[in-house]
Amino acid sequence: MSGIVGWGAYIPMYRIKAETIAEVQHADANAIKAGLGLTEKSVPGKDEDTATISIAAARDALKRAGINKKEIGSVYVGSESHPYAVKPTASIVGEALDIGNTYMAVDTEFACKAGTATIQINAGLVGSGMIKYGLSIGADTSQAEPGNALEYSAAAGGAAFIIGPDKESVAILEHTCSYTSDTPDFWRRAIQPYPSHAGRFTGEPAYFKHVTEATKRILEKSKMQMNNFKYVVFHMPNGKFPLRVAKQFGVTKEQIELGLVVTKIGNTYSGSSILGLAAVLDIAKPNDRILITSYGSGSGSDAFIFKVTDKITKAQGKARKVNDYIARKEYISYPQYLKHMEGIHN
Amino acid sequence: MFRDSPIIRWRHYNDRYRLVGYRCTKCEKAYLDKKGMCTCGNLDFTEQEFSGVGKIVAYTQIHSGPEVFESKSPYCVAVIDLKEGARIEAQVVDCRYSDLKQGLEVEAVFRKFYTSGEKGVIHYGTKFVPKY
Repeated sequence: MSGIVGWGAYIPMYRIKAETIAEVQHADANAIKAGLGLTEKSVPGKDEDTATISIAAARDALKRAGINKKEIGSVYVGSESHPYAVKPTASIVGEALDIGNTYMAVDTEFACKAGTATIQINAGLVGSGMIKYGLSIGADTSQAEPGNALEYSAAAGGAAFIIGPDKESVAILEHTCSYTSDTPDFWRRAIQPYPSHAGRFTGEPAYFKHVTEATKRILEKSKMQMNNFKYVVFHMPNGKFPLRVAKQFGVTKEQIELGLVVTKIGNTYSGSSILGLAAVLDIAKPNDRILITSYGSGSGSDAFIFKVTDKITKAQGKARKVNDYIARKEYISYPQYLKHMEGIHN
Repeated sequence: MFRDSPIIRWRHYNDRYRLVGYRCTKCEKAYLDKKGMCTCGNLDFTEQEFSGVGKIVAYTQIHSGPEVFESKSPYCVAVIDLKEGARIEAQVVDCRYSDLKQGLEVEAVFRKFYTSGEKGVIHYGTKFVPKY
């Protein structure tokens, strides 16, 4: 068995308010805030991208894990905004962390679930004995075309997890499963700078179906019920979708609100559900059970059940928490925002 | 520093990606860049990875920098004394010029430096942010 040995998060400090974008796009800010269930989003610095966010989060994960970093046998980075079309982010991360050269590495892409997919891959590799530790990362500097509804939610941030043996874990992975289908709800063609989506089709047959089916399956597989979990995290494309799924499964406000980071920073795509998991780990107590279900357009959901161990208490204070990054913020204007987003390509 | 060659940057991963420098085996003076000879006259050094924590010694703001930094202008640059003793120059980001002062504690972060045109590689390295 395997589990999370260390975790880390990173959210850029810049924020733009929904009102600031709405003023430029001649939109009704109150209607947008009510519709999306969020008020502002994080924006990358002019010199930040998926690689820099991944490294910041991974460095915190290493601090918490306290392992010999040369024993990391794999680096997998999930994102839909890798800095290069051809050249891995994973090798930049490995080099910056100085983990040596004997590690497997690849970048993954599956819209917003590319990060959770890397946790499943590493859990398999650790569980089979192929590696001792694996580094799983989900991070994005999400793209959104100016004027598109996505502009209000597409944010920047990420989280990193060192997956290792269950005996060293702060949270043991008890179960995982996925639900996948070819559903064209959201995509970005090669060389296109911005994604496209199928409007309302992204809801019922896409997000809701996959999150619900993956969650149902893991509950069946584990023979558990929602009241077995102290915390529940569903992927957060906005502040409303996860609450609707929570209501459907009878998840309480207390179970879901801690991981609901989207309302404060927007949708960090591949970093979204796992930033919620990191926020939960920041304050979880031994024996707490956590359920997390991600969603990636195209489409698929990965569900996980973790059981927190007594090792977590010591690890929590070794690095900055998600809430530390949420609290560190500076608001920017729309012209500044455009300059920041341009920085991703320059 | 503003060269386009990916190979030149690749040769500097140690000191740009990870702040790995050198310490004189005789007087223990620390340097980020490799020196032929220490100020004490010694020729031998050992490698050392610096923690990335330091204090600002002097600072300025660049309004009209090299072309590769135009999109980041204005930006702050500082002379920083690292905790381990090495003195380095680096950009200080995620702050206003008015936030900076002598003695301000800063910490290293991994950031993008610049890109080599439309098709070239992306150059990364270490910058600093005020400690938070």
